[in-house]
Amino acid sequence: MTAAARRVLLAAGLPLVLVGLWWLASADSQSFYLPPLRDILAAFADTWLGGRLADDVLPSVARLLAGLAVAGVAGVGLGVLIGSSRRLRATLEPVLEFLRAIPPPVLVPIFILVAGIGTTMKVLVIASGCLWPILLNTVEGVRARDEVLEDTCRVYGIRGPARLRHLVLRSASPQIVTGMRQALAIGIILMVISEMFAASSGLGFTIVQFQRGFAIPEMWSGILLLGLLGVVLSWLFGMVERRVLSWYHGLRQAQRELS
Amino acid sequence: MRPGRRQRWWLGASGLLGFLLLLELVPRAGLVPDRYLPPTSRIAGALADELGEPAFWRALGDTLQGWAVGLALAVGAGVGLGLLVGSVPALRAATSSTIEFLRPIPSVALIPLAVLLFGTDLRSKLLLVVYASFWQVLVQVVAGVRDVDPVAMDTAHSYGLGRWGRIRHVVWPTALPYAMTGFRLAAAVALILAITAELIIGSPGLGREIAVAQTSGAVPAMYALVVVAGLLGVAVNLAARALERRLLAWHPSARREVGA
Repeated sequence: MTAAARRVLLAAGLPLVLVGLWWLASADSQSFYLPPLRDILAAFADTWLGGRLADDVLPSVARLLAGLAVAGVAGVGLGVLIGSSRRLRATLEPVLEFLRAIPPPVLVPIFILVAGIGTTMKVLVIASGCLWPILLNTVEGVRARDEVLEDTCRVYGIRGPARLRHLVLRSASPQIVTGMRQALAIGIILMVISEMFAASSGLGFTIVQFQRGFAIPEMWSGILLLGLLGVVLSWLFGMVERRVLSWYHGLRQAQRELS
Repeated sequence: MRPGRRQRWWLGASGLLGFLLLLELVPRAGLVPDRYLPPTSRIAGALADELGEPAFWRALGDTLQGWAVGLALAVGAGVGLGLLVGSVPALRAATSSTIEFLRPIPSVALIPLAVLLFGTDLRSKLLLVVYASFWQVLVQVVAGVRDVDPVAMDTAHSYGLGRWGRIRHVVWPTALPYAMTGFRLAAAVALILAITAELIIGSPGLGREIAVAQTSGAVPAMYALVVVAGLLGVAVNLAARALERRLLAWHPSARREVGA
């Protein structure tokens, strides 16, 4: 067996076994709440591959991305500002500690109050939950930039936007990406629960409707879809990260080999 | 110029004061209608009212109970399985794709299932809390066990340490810093999910009180409860960090921090 085939077998083996076990164990299940996997998959095709994908799923994902984008711009902007000044950082630290510690789901009722239950509310909720990991990681990244590079920039007279782009943002980018990854996980949670709490469309709303209507196979198919969405988004994020941070991973590799 | 310790304290306190003052003045000046954002003083008043209510303390207790029980289950399972998976290379290779697949599944996807199976029971909350925080611990412990120094392991072998001795004296000290990082993340995530379960499913606790306050239009009370949730989050973060410092006082990373 070649090394590649071994790797594929190792990676796919356990998942296949688990799905197979689920299929077999549930094949003639009479339990109302645990329908056979066969029925769930059939419901999956019927429910989501029709119009629902465009009507419910894509708008949800679009809101998630919009919220993340808002949080990204605000978080990096404020983070660079706060990270660059020791005084500002010391002043804002307790406030930021507190705001970060508020569990983001409690923002849902607040934003319903302010913005109703429309798209604005959901994007605001997602953005305000995703802001803190990005902001705090950016602050850390900006603060921990290399002193030698900093002095080099000064000696070469690199100032203003060029300094921001080549020194500050560049050296903070691994931390910013870490923050974005945490934000993505929180964003998915907020996307779902803002729709579960109060909405008239969207993925979370539809799944709760199925559950309330006791459409059990459809509900399970929704759970599967949410799971797949989480996995696909984190996989896409990993791909983008490897591209954007290829210089950083290469640098770390080189450092490890040297030491 | 590097602000000193004392100066930092003053700056932080003034920042906090400024924040509270801002939230007092913005609604008073009419920039934001006060039915959306009541001034700080009214939120503080509502908070004082809440503190006198037995129902509030019951809700706080329910939230803390769900958080603590869920976190304990997740940490126990995560550490146990993590040690097992991490120390058997074949197992690690076979499970890594499954872990990578299951981990990003948002635990809120389980909400409908939890409602059907357990209703608003404590078990609903526990299902969400455990699922979300288990992966944080597991992944960290597996990474920690992987990091064990092979030379130390061989030395332990040569000195005739048994399986338990090796786990106790070689594997565990190496994995502990990783496990504590996992614990810190899991403690924060567990609180988020406990409150989410209360908010969405309606399990008893602070989250449900917030939802009730919102639907009944008790805006200052809602903000007061949100403040409590935030303070709870701060307390959880501080406690987890203090525990980490205490348990890792011997570790070079903690000692370096003190020295610097």
